[in-house]
Amino acid sequence: MTFVYGDNIDTDRIIPGKYTKTLDLDHLADHVLEDLDPTFSKRVKAGDILVAGENFGCGSSREQAPLALKQTGLSVIIASDYARIFYRNAINIGLPVLEIGPHDIENGDDLQVDIAEGVVVNNTSGKKYQAVKMPQVMIDILAEGGLVSYLRKNKQYKV
Amino acid sequence: MTISDKILSNHVGKKVVPGDVIICPVDGVMATDTTGPLAIKAFREMGGTQVFDPAKCALILDHAVPPPNERIANLHKMMRSFAKEQDMRLFEIGEGICHQVMVEHEYVKPGDVFVGADSHTPTYGALNAFACGVGSTDLAATMMTGKIWLKVPHSIKIKCQGKLQKGVSAKDLILYLVGQLTISGATYQAIEFEGETFESMTLASRMTIANMVAEMGGKTGIVNPKGLLLDYEYEGIEPDKDAKYLKTYEFDVADLEPQISAPESPDNVSNLSNHHGVKIDYAFIGTCCNGRLEDLQSAAKVLKGKRIKSGVRFLIAPASKGTLLDAMNDGTLQTLIEAGASIITPGCGPCVGTHQGVPGNDEVVISAANRNFKGRMGNPNSNIYLAAPATVAASALHGEITAPDMYLT
Repeated sequence: MTFVYGDNIDTDRIIPGKYTKTLDLDHLADHVLEDLDPTFSKRVKAGDILVAGENFGCGSSREQAPLALKQTGLSVIIASDYARIFYRNAINIGLPVLEIGPHDIENGDDLQVDIAEGVVVNNTSGKKYQAVKMPQVMIDILAEGGLVSYLRKNKQYKV
Repeated sequence: MTISDKILSNHVGKKVVPGDVIICPVDGVMATDTTGPLAIKAFREMGGTQVFDPAKCALILDHAVPPPNERIANLHKMMRSFAKEQDMRLFEIGEGICHQVMVEHEYVKPGDVFVGADSHTPTYGALNAFACGVGSTDLAATMMTGKIWLKVPHSIKIKCQGKLQKGVSAKDLILYLVGQLTISGATYQAIEFEGETFESMTLASRMTIANMVAEMGGKTGIVNPKGLLLDYEYEGIEPDKDAKYLKTYEFDVADLEPQISAPESPDNVSNLSNHHGVKIDYAFIGTCCNGRLEDLQSAAKVLKGKRIKSGVRFLIAPASKGTLLDAMNDGTLQTLIEAGASIITPGCGPCVGTHQGVPGNDEVVISAANRNFKGRMGNPNSNIYLAAPATVAASALHGEITAPDMYLT
């Protein structure tokens, strides 16, 4: 299933501040996106895809935002572009995020995504999108499943 | 080279250019009670045993203080115990908002690179430092290694000429600039603020300016050090004459009017006159944007000898214990309390919607904070207007959005 939302989805909409003070990830997932789409947390299933427009995740530095999204089982987030802290946080916790520029993906479109190659094919419209390449350090972090495993293995950053 | 290029080059020991990916040593790190617990968890999971330098690391309890429930009380407890174990400083409940505390206690100085687990960390750009916000896992990695990986940003210059009119403050200027550049106008970039309008600004006003770089998506925002007065000696970093900027904006702000950011995005900015008369239920002054002494003083100037409108509530959360004491000593606090304000614990207060002043359904808030996203203050069915502290005070007085100039001489 593909969930499509608009531009400038801020972190207060992704996970309101009142829910962030916790280490319980299920509690975060129960409230994810509730002020934007109260039905999302009930409908989302493992493997689903979230698609957004420009500047996804703007606002707070709360890592609870990508953590809440990841906890729902979403397989990947696709957006025109991202706010920088959200983008870093998502990679750091091992949530794949693809930046594909302007697009016209619609709710319910059938998407085929190659995360490693950064290729998104919209089987419904027939369009193909190539994601912006991440810096190598981010590719390495994501390949390890996140920054925790990357540093547990390497002890230091490698560039 | 721009100011950012210079600061980053100084730290890595070689000349860097925008686009370079660098591993940069940092001069300080901090986390709050929103981001700290996850950072501590990640620090342990990545094999961290000791922070890189306890004197350069700080934890601050400010987002939910005093704790409103047992869950948060236990997160605070976890942070205290980590700080004790690591022999690093934890700023207790009521010491103030992380950014104010870091500046007052000199954890960050001109020319530094500072990483904070809070999106408003660019505030330290007021001090001519390169400061950026990160999430908990990045913070944990920086606490462990003393370094952060960064892509050297391109810079955008914002040049302002003209002296601000009576009743117009740094907050009005930065709201105007956020409106001009938009919520994503500086994404991934470093902003440099320069020009005579900034040169006459206090450190507090410069902090208000740099603070809202976050609302333009910027990685950092640095105010040119010209005219910056500090309690200690420092060497300011200025850009080279031939420094390259991705874009340069020039504004003459001598005629700027008081500004309002209307719901539900900080960049939804226009002249106050467009909103004059909008009824308000609740006024709030505080936050890392506008909770400092000069902000409380400007509100007190408006409210001296007067009472706020009946039916309006008015909360003030001073930015730090130091601010609270100063406002007590110079009579500001007495004026505000006599006018009808309630003073709450120094900290982030109702801005983050966790407790201490959640608005009711359909209520309208006028706030000196920096964000008005839907649900920001804890209720998605309320509306938040952002404004300068003097405007918030004048609006509390009239029960509707009101320009403050007639009360400021």
